[in-house]
Amino acid sequence: MSGFLDIKGLTLRLRGGPTILRSVSLRVASGKVHGLVGESGAGKSTIGKAVLGTLPRAIEITGGEIWLDGVNLLALPPRERRRRIGATAALIPQDPLTALNPSKRIGPQITRRLIDILGWSKADANRRARDILDEVHIPDVARVMRSYPHELSGGMRQRVLIASAFAAEPKLIVADEPTTALDVTVQKQILRLINEMRARHGTALLFVTHDLGVVSKVCNSLSVLYAGKVVEEAQMHRFFTQPIHPYSRALLAATPTYLDPDGSLQPVPAEVIQEVETEVHQHAQRAGYDV
Amino acid sequence: MGARLWLSGTWLGLLALAALFAPWVAPHDPLAQDLFLGRLPPFWMDGAEPGYWLGTDSLGRDVLSRMIHGARIALMVALIAGTLTCLIGATLGVLAGFYRGWSDRIISRLVDIWMAFPPVLFAILLIAVLGPGLLSIILAIVIIDWTRFARVIRAETLSQGAMDYVASAQVAGRTRFSTMIAEILPNILPTVIALLTLEMGIAVIVEAILSFVNLSISTDSPTWGGMIAEGRTSVHQAWWVLVFPLFTLFLTVLSFSQLGEGLKDRFDPVLR
Ligand SMILES: Nc1ncnc2c1ncn2[C@@H]1O[C@H](COP(=O)(O)OP(=O)(O)OP(=O)(O)O)[C@@H](O)[C@H]1O
Ligand SMILES: [Mg+2]
Repeated sequence: MSGFLDIKGLTLRLRGGPTILRSVSLRVASGKVHGLVGESGAGKSTIGKAVLGTLPRAIEITGGEIWLDGVNLLALPPRERRRRIGATAALIPQDPLTALNPSKRIGPQITRRLIDILGWSKADANRRARDILDEVHIPDVARVMRSYPHELSGGMRQRVLIASAFAAEPKLIVADEPTTALDVTVQKQILRLINEMRARHGTALLFVTHDLGVVSKVCNSLSVLYAGKVVEEAQMHRFFTQPIHPYSRALLAATPTYLDPDGSLQPVPAEVIQEVETEVHQHAQRAGYDV
Repeated sequence: MGARLWLSGTWLGLLALAALFAPWVAPHDPLAQDLFLGRLPPFWMDGAEPGYWLGTDSLGRDVLSRMIHGARIALMVALIAGTLTCLIGATLGVLAGFYRGWSDRIISRLVDIWMAFPPVLFAILLIAVLGPGLLSIILAIVIIDWTRFARVIRAETLSQGAMDYVASAQVAGRTRFSTMIAEILPNILPTVIALLTLEMGIAVIVEAILSFVNLSISTDSPTWGGMIAEGRTSVHQAWWVLVFPLFTLFLTVLSFSQLGEGLKDRFDPVLR
């Protein structure tokens, strides 16, 4: 089965430095939600950035393919790649505080892509922006369109960002920890909203998080990342019932909300970390990377 | 809304008008000497002559008229040197902060080396090489002070560049260059403006200092620094020759920095 997004053997490293992603492969099927979990620094955001073409210049792609809607992005010239990504994918970022340009009003920030990439007229784009803001349950849409980001609450800004991501009807959205910066009550609403929007628009979602509880609620499948390597890729149900990799089992044990809501938080056991490290090293040696 | 913005703006506005129309505004020829009218006190003191509002210096030249003509040079240097310094320094700062990589390495290294020179020494050295004169002063200010802009603007650009809105803009298909111009630039503009007005104040001081040590333009064009230097020698007999230009200088420099702060707050959407 090939996915709408199909990453094959993606390998990245810091220029002249350590490898950040080691032959990562993952698929997101059309209209499905694929979770990407792993601890901080595992390389989750980096995968999202590679897909969206926003990798910092300090990072170079040394191998692999990123197929988006049947085209290998890495084989395209930069201009064409940007256009393709802009037309098919969008980002829901982590921090609603910095994800909107502070010196621009909300309206133009939503319509920008419609006008620039898709060539819509200004009137059409504005109408679309109003509709989509309405769809994410923003009250007083006209006022919000005229507001500057700092005039809105965090939850409101995240709604705007979700609206903005869906505005151009992308076929894939990368959501990078879209709820971590919000407080718990708002988190739930936002999660529900993303799910609702995604289902209605039939959008595929690459959902980056380190929260297995969240994954269990919204994802169809997931990849577990450890130190830049996918240690397990699984359908949701199989993962939660029969995790194969020891690191996955340890992660599950460390997530009290899922297996045992009242249980105390278990750290990932040291021997499991050791095991994964060894495996990563062996893999690296086989593939000839420096670690 | 800030009183300081209005106060400083008004003072600088008046000064600019006076400088622009100096030949018509100044009551006397700033160079005309009259030894019979030497060291006249300002208008409220005993022995003042009508028409010589702020008194005269030891050669009988009108202090007010000389100050008004001095404002021309002060403001001209402020405007030209400030703008040039800003353009060069801010451009390099934005390039370094946005593109990073080798452009950043080169520019940052250059800034480090530059800032290792003590600025006053650097200025005097430059003037010695370039020869005294208005152009030299402007050049010296630009050559020395672009680093101030480059450093601050680079840091600001760097922090803006790391924000998610920049990534979003690029996902939405903006090129790097247009991201820099259309997304990042508006957000660093308040800082640029604050630095620019501050730099204008600094330019006024530098011009005054160099005039004070007689490295500015020829001695017969009145400058504030020159007046302060002359007034210093006769401060016990005629304090007004020193105090009025000194006070004007102080007020002008203060106004520039206050204007900068005021404008920054005004332009900053988050503080507005
Ligand atoms: N611009 C960069 N310069 C240097 N190292 C980087 C850069 N960007 C990412 N890295 C490194 O790449 C690795 C993966 O980072 P990434 O941000 O993808 O992790 P993550 O899984 O998203 O973590 P988090 O949960 O904290 O967001 C980290 O070790 C990080 O230090
Ligand atoms: Mg991350």
